[in-house]
Amino acid sequence: MTIRAQVGMVMNLDKCIGCHTCSVTCKQVWTDRPGAEYMWFNDVETKPGVGYPKRWEDQEQWRGGWELDRKGRLRLKAGGKLRKLLSIFANPDLPTLDDYYEPWTYDFEQLVDAPRQRHDPVARARSRITGEQLDEISWGPNWEDNLAGSPERIHHDPLTVGIEDQVKAQYEQAFMMYLPRICEHCLNPSCVASCPSGAMYKREEDGIVLVDQQKCRSWRFCVSGCPYKKVYFNHRSGKAEKCTLCYPRIEQGQPTICSETCVGRIRYLGLVLYDVDRVEAAASVPDEHDLLEAQRSVFLDPSDPLVRAQALADGVPEDWIDAAIRSPVYLLAMKYRVALPLHPEYRTLPMVWYVPPLSPIASTLETDGYEADPDEVFSAVDDPDAMRVPVDYLANLLAAGDGEVIRGVLRRLAAMRHHMRKREVLGEHDDSRPRAVGMTSQEVEDLYRLLAIAKYEDRY
Amino acid sequence: MARPKPRKGPLLGLHRHLRRGPISEEGWSQLVAKDRRWEASYRGRWSHDKVVRSTHGVNCTGSCSWKVYVKDGLVTWETQATDYPSTGPDMPEYEPRGCPRGASFSWYIYSPLRLKRPYVRGTLLALFRQQRERLGDPVEAWASIVDDPEVARAYKRERGRGGFVRASWDDAVDLIAAAHVHTIKRDGPDRVAGFSPIPAMSMASYAAGARFYSLIGGVVLSFYDWYADLPPSSPQTFGDQTDVPESGDWWNAGYLLVWGTNLPTTRTPDAHFMTEARYRGQKVVVVSPDYAEHTKFADHWLAAQPGTDGALAMAMGHVILKEFHVDRSTPYFQQYARRYTDMPLLVTLRERDGVHVPDRLLRASDLDPASEVENGDWKPVLIDERSGEPVVPNGSVGHRYGAPGEWNLRLDGVQPMLSLHEHADEQVAVDLPRFDVGDGEHGGIMRRGVPARRVGGHLVTTVLDLTLAQYGVGRPGLPGDWPTDYDDPQPHTPAWQEAITGVDRRLAARVAREFARNAERTDGRSMICMGAGTNHWFHSDQTYRTFLALVLMCGCQGVNGGGWAHYVGQEKVRPLAGLQTLAFATDWSRPPRHQSATPFFYLASEQWRYEHIRPADHASPLGRGLLDGKHVADVNALAARLGWLPSYPSFDRNPLDLVDEAQASGASVADHVVRELREGRLHFACEDPGAPGNHPKVMTIWRANLLGSSGKGHEYFLKHLLGTSESAVRAQETPPEWRPQDVRWRDEAAEGKLDLLTTIDFRMTSTAIFSDVVLPAATWYEKHDLSTTDLHPFVHTFNPAVSPAWESKTDWQAFERIATRFSELAERHLGVRRDLVVAPLGHDSPDEIAQPLGEVRDWRAGECEPIPGRTMPKLIVVERDYPAVAAKWAALGPLVEQLGTQIKGTSWDASEEVEHLRAHCGAVRGGIADGRPSLRRVEDACEAILSLSGTTNGRLSVAGFRALEKTCGVPMAHLATGSEDLRISFADAQVQPRTVMTSPEWSGIEAHGRRYSPFTINVECDKPWHTLSGRQQLYVDHSWMLELGEGLPAYRPPLRYTAIFGDQGARDGSQRKELTLQYLTPHSKWSIHSEYQDNVHMLTLFRGGGMLWISVEDAAELQIADNDWVESYNRNGVVALRATVSQRIPQGTCLMYHAKDRNVGVPLTELQGRRGGTDNSLTRIVMKPTHFIGGYAQLSFGFNYYGPTGSQRDEVTVLRKRESKVVYE
Repeated sequence: MTIRAQVGMVMNLDKCIGCHTCSVTCKQVWTDRPGAEYMWFNDVETKPGVGYPKRWEDQEQWRGGWELDRKGRLRLKAGGKLRKLLSIFANPDLPTLDDYYEPWTYDFEQLVDAPRQRHDPVARARSRITGEQLDEISWGPNWEDNLAGSPERIHHDPLTVGIEDQVKAQYEQAFMMYLPRICEHCLNPSCVASCPSGAMYKREEDGIVLVDQQKCRSWRFCVSGCPYKKVYFNHRSGKAEKCTLCYPRIEQGQPTICSETCVGRIRYLGLVLYDVDRVEAAASVPDEHDLLEAQRSVFLDPSDPLVRAQALADGVPEDWIDAAIRSPVYLLAMKYRVALPLHPEYRTLPMVWYVPPLSPIASTLETDGYEADPDEVFSAVDDPDAMRVPVDYLANLLAAGDGEVIRGVLRRLAAMRHHMRKREVLGEHDDSRPRAVGMTSQEVEDLYRLLAIAKYEDRY
Repeated sequence: MARPKPRKGPLLGLHRHLRRGPISEEGWSQLVAKDRRWEASYRGRWSHDKVVRSTHGVNCTGSCSWKVYVKDGLVTWETQATDYPSTGPDMPEYEPRGCPRGASFSWYIYSPLRLKRPYVRGTLLALFRQQRERLGDPVEAWASIVDDPEVARAYKRERGRGGFVRASWDDAVDLIAAAHVHTIKRDGPDRVAGFSPIPAMSMASYAAGARFYSLIGGVVLSFYDWYADLPPSSPQTFGDQTDVPESGDWWNAGYLLVWGTNLPTTRTPDAHFMTEARYRGQKVVVVSPDYAEHTKFADHWLAAQPGTDGALAMAMGHVILKEFHVDRSTPYFQQYARRYTDMPLLVTLRERDGVHVPDRLLRASDLDPASEVENGDWKPVLIDERSGEPVVPNGSVGHRYGAPGEWNLRLDGVQPMLSLHEHADEQVAVDLPRFDVGDGEHGGIMRRGVPARRVGGHLVTTVLDLTLAQYGVGRPGLPGDWPTDYDDPQPHTPAWQEAITGVDRRLAARVAREFARNAERTDGRSMICMGAGTNHWFHSDQTYRTFLALVLMCGCQGVNGGGWAHYVGQEKVRPLAGLQTLAFATDWSRPPRHQSATPFFYLASEQWRYEHIRPADHASPLGRGLLDGKHVADVNALAARLGWLPSYPSFDRNPLDLVDEAQASGASVADHVVRELREGRLHFACEDPGAPGNHPKVMTIWRANLLGSSGKGHEYFLKHLLGTSESAVRAQETPPEWRPQDVRWRDEAAEGKLDLLTTIDFRMTSTAIFSDVVLPAATWYEKHDLSTTDLHPFVHTFNPAVSPAWESKTDWQAFERIATRFSELAERHLGVRRDLVVAPLGHDSPDEIAQPLGEVRDWRAGECEPIPGRTMPKLIVVERDYPAVAAKWAALGPLVEQLGTQIKGTSWDASEEVEHLRAHCGAVRGGIADGRPSLRRVEDACEAILSLSGTTNGRLSVAGFRALEKTCGVPMAHLATGSEDLRISFADAQVQPRTVMTSPEWSGIEAHGRRYSPFTINVECDKPWHTLSGRQQLYVDHSWMLELGEGLPAYRPPLRYTAIFGDQGARDGSQRKELTLQYLTPHSKWSIHSEYQDNVHMLTLFRGGGMLWISVEDAAELQIADNDWVESYNRNGVVALRATVSQRIPQGTCLMYHAKDRNVGVPLTELQGRRGGTDNSLTRIVMKPTHFIGGYAQLSFGFNYYGPTGSQRDEVTVLRKRESKVVYE
């Protein structure tokens, strides 16, 4: 056992309002400069939707992440060193600018400078790549905001494969959710493994994955190797760039920009201790449905005296261990088990986890109106399969297709709402709801404080 | 700024350990052998020289504190402050506050959109310079230009069409000041107007111009009603402009109905309280026609058809009344209704065609007409359940202005009888209107019954009994037609609403029952969040009253976690008394010229000439024909001459000259004016808005984008107010038989009414593009100011992170320059004059008991005598020392001590504060303001605002409550006890956001960590509401309200535009396929009104320009693919934009997010070949006659309080796909 500390993040999608403040503050601080115009280290996608870049989740197309070979050994989906070498001058799996979007600006000067003319002046769009006028803006980093254009593309969303009958572009069946994304700072990062130059590395002390801007040689295998498409190529500097988890801020004791500016208060940052020696085995379990538990098994209980002793021996400072005990990431992922990894089937052991969202009851299932007991306001509301976002859709996103995992989380969230309504709104005490989901009242109330009250110092 | 407080989070204490291993030379180290020195590069990007606290003065309710980062003298970016005072350990905090729009603000500062210098249209500037050179005087130069119709016409036609040239500040200000002086001299100060909205978003910047206009006698235009954000239902029901819970109070609600406000989009920094309260057990139900952002958080989505919300609410009321008031009685609801609502008040019944209809409230004067009850016409009556006798309860408006000590809601042993059902003399059939039937607006009649008694010679019933009849909740023995059960399709059952709204009847019933049951179990913690989606309709007051009825039935109002939560445009100036004093210069002269903007623009942009909807069209089938034959402009003229509404310009004569004439004639000004009016020599200007002398001549717009954002009837503005050739109006004029009776119709419509339009802004909006002069404003990171909101209880400061860039100036500096030059030019041209201010009868003053019993008496028609201040407006002479305007502007005047401060009828003496300000700000030396506190520095103006307000100065709060105690006769000063010595200074708020205090300026209690909820003072201290009855009123009995069938809440459908206007298609002979769609203009996710919609970050995040959202079905019908160019048009204009096709939009409806300006990416239209317009190219001002009512208790005029609103949601538009190539020039 070798113990390392990792800074991880949990985003509570149930609270995400899709406002993109995280994207804008990140953009302004990190990628608002030449060569990086199209880069959004942090972006937010409306789901269902194809995302940014288009269809990034389709690894049959992009060949990112890991897979198991016929012998059950882990290997890059894009192929081994030999295939890399053969394709080193023509990487076939790279997204083009069209898959991201062509960044643009406007001729704002015209509004003031226009000479006397026939019509009122207007600022026309201009490409920030070619400098040409753009009369047709046809894609952007959030083109699908709030289901825009969804009817034409809904089934291009890779998450809908196999559940087309549950996901239709119809008013009556409309549903949506938001997915904010940054680099996953994986325990088993395929981007690092893909880099022919050794320019990428995972910081040993905090697990942050970085591209060395001096060593990068522009091969761009990290771009294709990352299944989340969160490594970008700066066409001006000729280097790959990516989310740095705001290490200059983390080092100063400040949360990442995206976390602190998240006005939905959905983001949690925390330390997780893990066993480096078990990473490869965990990423190699044969059944994709076992990957979640495998990754959880890599995380270590910082309250365990043996773990503490070994961590100290491995150079983790004592107060880091204390921080790991209070870590909201550990609590949400391990103790309350409401946070889940994004696409565990990519086998990268990602370290940005998500709490899946509740959603309104589908209208066909809520019509017990005349007879409903007005004190049971959550009747029907606590059935995951009655909700508008199909369980299978969430399972394809956060559980390698295992719907039971999603149901388990949504039931815990619903039980919390039931329990707290009794206690806080009606002034009654009753443990039955927590028990039904295998939790104690105290645990449910602690989870409530962490998710609802969520003070600054509880989030980071 | 102060350093953020240290945080104790588990991760964040660790930073020293993130630097492990041997220390390298630059302070970074590592364990691995790898060379990681390159990591310094990103650390270099994350570095800055200073961080400054500021906020954004945009028209939203965010009022968020931000950290602005500065490096090498340039603003780099911004992130939200997180150091708000805590809400306590058991609820979420207010940190962080701020949205993506605010986060992108720094882009503007150095963007090419930024206005860097003053600009004047070249031809005008050349003319002015040439004439000034020739005549040697700027005022004469201006006169020579505008008094020559040919010359004036020529420069006006060029408006908007480029050709700006740089000007110096001196030249630009010279021109502006000359225009003001000349106009005042020739036409009067009431021909000069200033428009700037929402003081709360930057109070000093607002006050800068409003103070200047108030000092010169110019017209200050309202905004809240004009934006259609004012809910007239609030004055109608509460007698209050708007007062709502802070967002933190959502946390206290057990049940939240979100109905017409998209919280994540329009209340972005606050939405988390809703998402988090769900975990506390709150149920959230969303009513929305589209699957919008807030719908994501709902437990149920009720997809009501656009504009049908009132029907759903009526059915919910039906369920609640039946199950909680009739089938069983709910003690909490009953006790609440008795004391705090008008439900027990008696309503007279009038006979009509053999049955009865509800009439006005019974009054004390009815009980014994001979008796001399003080203000007996203003005191309603109820029956005491114990004695069975009629009783006049305390607390009505008659008590407010009568003997002190009786204006309270104490019952003193009386048990108000809610229903006469078991105590009736007879059961009476009543006819009530319903508006869901028929092709026109009139609707039909339904017959119901009420229990009645004879009191004071009148047949009466109670408001509750009438309400039950209205909602269709039957009781044994009553005559009339009643629904048998919820499945009966008669009004107003769940089945009835299902046919209208499309919402499943059982679901509607379920939500109603849960809402009420939650309120029963929590003593009222059920809340309805409402907003533009339900408030921007023509009949929004009725829709809102159907919502307010639900919270009144369930005892939710005045309760933390309960009641109405109106969230659109309702920004709250917490330090209200101080702001009003400064902004309206009431420290120097009173009253200011406050004008309702909606009727002002209706006349100014000649939209009245295109009117096709007559006031009588809205009348109930049970009406008496009170509005027959009238045009909307006639109603406005009536409102002006009866003193209901302000109307500036007032007369067809210069008000300065009018005073001189009176003096010359030896009569008093009032007598002179009344005689001139009677003898037909003097006319109200609104009776001939087309006459050249009656036009508004000079207008200045600052902190606003009138044309690109709020200007309903955009194309009419361009054509008539500005006279530019770029207008796209397609409408027909009003047919001769529908034209006004009292307002003169001229064959030739006026064009180019304004002589000068000036805009002060930091970006080039379409208002700036169409202006004559554009002055560059400092941005929000370049000035000092104050900001508050009702969404949180804090006072925020603006502070300059950098100096105003290029030649920009703060609004405070700009108006100081204008005032200074104006005063210089006034020496020769104006001097000291006396001005006649024609002021309406005001709310919260004794004026509001001027016109009794809700009867309309027109002195012009001989129905009464013309008596200023009673049957007609007040006529008040105000001295204008024009050369002293700048000196007064820059100093706090003496009326603060001499007359005190009046705020919502409460007053206090702020002499001590004047002393404090004299010491703090320094005293002026010499001149008219000698010895007065200086306001020259904007920080001192901010200090004055805070010092003169009860919310930020505990001494004044206590003084205000003490004064109120005398009127009310109940204890209240305890609400502010403990805050006597607390005062929030500007410097305090620069350090950290500061929490305001409970004050009589507002109706809620916010002390000791309690969240603000409106009317908690009323409920907990028995302080009356500012209504006729002193209670919250379901029933409003003015004769015009009854004429429209709106005595009680009722469902009124959207206006039937298709029936009124017929086909509005292209009619270009092309036979191309078109569809007529309901046109909705919700608030955008990617802008705050027109702000940020031109910001590259926001444009990048959604498709780069204006979009029209349409349904899958409608797109298929017109063969429109996503992102195709389309055109949307109706009689008002044309818009060219692209389509967004989505399943979240219902068939038959299209959405164009509001305030998409025409300056970015908008091509020429295919239909007309002109620039493709804004969302308001498709709208036009439509006004409701009941909003003109005045002189009648809570239906009296107040600035931004009561008046016609500029609704736009009922509009329909025609859509087709664009076929021709897109061209821009």
